[in-house]
Amino acid sequence: MQGVIKKRFAKGTGLIIIALFIIVCMIGSIALGVTSISIDTFIHAYTHFNGSNNQVIIRDERVPRALIAVCVGSSLAIAGALMQGLTRNPLASPEILGVNSGASLMIVTAVTLFGASSPSAFTWLAFTGAAAGSIIVYLLGSLGREGLTPIKLTLAGAAMAALFSSLTQGLLTSNEQSLDAVIFWLVGSIQGKDLHNLSAVLPYFIIGWLLSLLIGSKINTLMLGENVAKSLGQNTFIVKLATGIIIVLLAGGSVAIAGPISFIGIVVPHAARWMVGNDYRWLIPYSGMLGAVLLLLADILARYVIMPSEVPVGVATAVIGTPSFIYLARKGDFK
Amino acid sequence: MKHNIAFRVKGMSFLINKKGLYVFSAALIILIAVIIASTALGDMNMSMIEAAKSIFGGGTSLHNLVVRSFRLPRILLAAFAGMALAVSGAILQGIVRNPLASPDIIGITGGASFTTVCFLALFNINDKGVSISIAWLPLASFAGAILSGLLVYFLAHKKSILSPFRLVLIGIGLSAGTEALTKFVMLIGPVYLASKANTWMTGSVNGASWPQVTALAIWFTVFFIITFILARRLNILELGEAVPVSLGSSSNKDKKILLIISAALTGGAVAFAGGIGFVGLMAPHMARKLVGSAYGALIPVSALIGGILVIISDTIGRTVFLPLEVPAGVLTSAIGAPYFVYLLYKSRNH
Repeated sequence: MQGVIKKRFAKGTGLIIIALFIIVCMIGSIALGVTSISIDTFIHAYTHFNGSNNQVIIRDERVPRALIAVCVGSSLAIAGALMQGLTRNPLASPEILGVNSGASLMIVTAVTLFGASSPSAFTWLAFTGAAAGSIIVYLLGSLGREGLTPIKLTLAGAAMAALFSSLTQGLLTSNEQSLDAVIFWLVGSIQGKDLHNLSAVLPYFIIGWLLSLLIGSKINTLMLGENVAKSLGQNTFIVKLATGIIIVLLAGGSVAIAGPISFIGIVVPHAARWMVGNDYRWLIPYSGMLGAVLLLLADILARYVIMPSEVPVGVATAVIGTPSFIYLARKGDFK
Repeated sequence: MKHNIAFRVKGMSFLINKKGLYVFSAALIILIAVIIASTALGDMNMSMIEAAKSIFGGGTSLHNLVVRSFRLPRILLAAFAGMALAVSGAILQGIVRNPLASPDIIGITGGASFTTVCFLALFNINDKGVSISIAWLPLASFAGAILSGLLVYFLAHKKSILSPFRLVLIGIGLSAGTEALTKFVMLIGPVYLASKANTWMTGSVNGASWPQVTALAIWFTVFFIITFILARRLNILELGEAVPVSLGSSSNKDKKILLIISAALTGGAVAFAGGIGFVGLMAPHMARKLVGSAYGALIPVSALIGGILVIISDTIGRTVFLPLEVPAGVLTSAIGAPYFVYLLYKSRNH
């Protein structure tokens, strides 16, 4: 499949343009909101810090938030692109594959039963939950002779998500205090997190990003089909395993910081595919960049809907994402 | 040996499947036994005979009070919710021609949850209760169920062909969307709402009252009778896309009517008992194993199995984990998800 942008040079230029756009969005994310902030205040907050209200908002709230939006948005989008490649299924994404609900269940279990609260504990819990959820769904979806079909994968994912979320809710009904503590997290939000949350996960993100850029050409081969890839000398098991690990690092890390933010992982890779086609060497950087843009924009939008309070960004992405998902489901050719 | 008993009166005649009749009777007896057993169990245990007596008002006055004011409404509400969900699931599986469809998976439950939570948030006064009668609540859930049912139905059409797969996919997408919106309303809404809505979404029959039982019983009975009359249409739909048309049945119109009935049944159950998961998936399936897939027998038997499942789950939830009370929906999901896995595993080579 060819994208709109065909020439290599144009693709490279496109990446640079999107990168510039990310910077514009980040500035917007820092400046816009209930308290509007000028560029001067922003620069002074880091050069001449005087403890004024606006400067504190910038250092403790806006800048961490913008950085988290960039990291989480791009990680989710890359994870989604990889999942779609690995399962050869256009509807695969972290929430469909049970990553979000698995991680949520794990974290809520730890919070209600063992009182976990540190960012690093959250990170590992989210990784474990994400890995367990996606492995279960993947195995269930690929049972049988015809292997992994979109419908089986989606059904298995939906059933597991239903199970996990009803267990999560069961745990929460037995403990109302922890419901108040985690409900904001369960919706998916990047507000009110500080850089500690990000730094607990950032190393895993960086490993995930680098590996995903390296694995692009391998996935191109894998997309030709399991048998073709094998006959071309690829160790498909290793490639699949590596892809799986990257997905868990990126998606699990995102859930650990921001909670289950849905639909970025499904919408963005499709937009990227429309631009550059199915070549994973380009698709992955494009997905990552566009994911950052989408989450930044959704986050800015979320501040304006019910001012002065905010819509959690997870809700904003769901509102954008549901129609896109339905569009994709309608476009697909199902008998 | 003949498989059917012919039943003829002036003006109408039908065949009753013998096996279906036996299974139905057996399931009915089990349902009654489960109701009595569940009545006997709880904080205050009593014997089955005492429980049966108290149901009809013949026990000691304390037993009568506990049974008739607290336990019985709860158990009957569980029974009707389970039956409604099971019939709803049986219909959906017929329309979609896929044994894995159920009201919670295709987004009907999600839509109902959303409107119900909105209702609770909109008419909230001072975090204490709602400003208009709670009797309107079912209407809100029903509206949500029907709206999401119709939305899924129309979106699943393409070039006037209803693809079952597309129906399922769109339902899943829609339920993800409504779930996020529901959580959002819980978040911005009053504080008490969050925990109340959370319990309710999981599916619980705690705090049932007689008026609720009556309302759901009427609701269920009406739609059950309609479904039973339409059972033949479902049999035809099971044959695929082309056969119904060649048999003179308007496939799409039937699907629409049946989908609305299915949504109505789910809406009723969700309104009173919340989103009890997986019953709509499991019950019809178990029934199909027992009586085969002819809907005349399948629908009543699924209903009974659904009722049995929810009563058992609720009884376990309120007795085994004391002093905690686990909502029935958690237990049905805990049984339902492995069952779903088993179904996927079993259908692996089809």
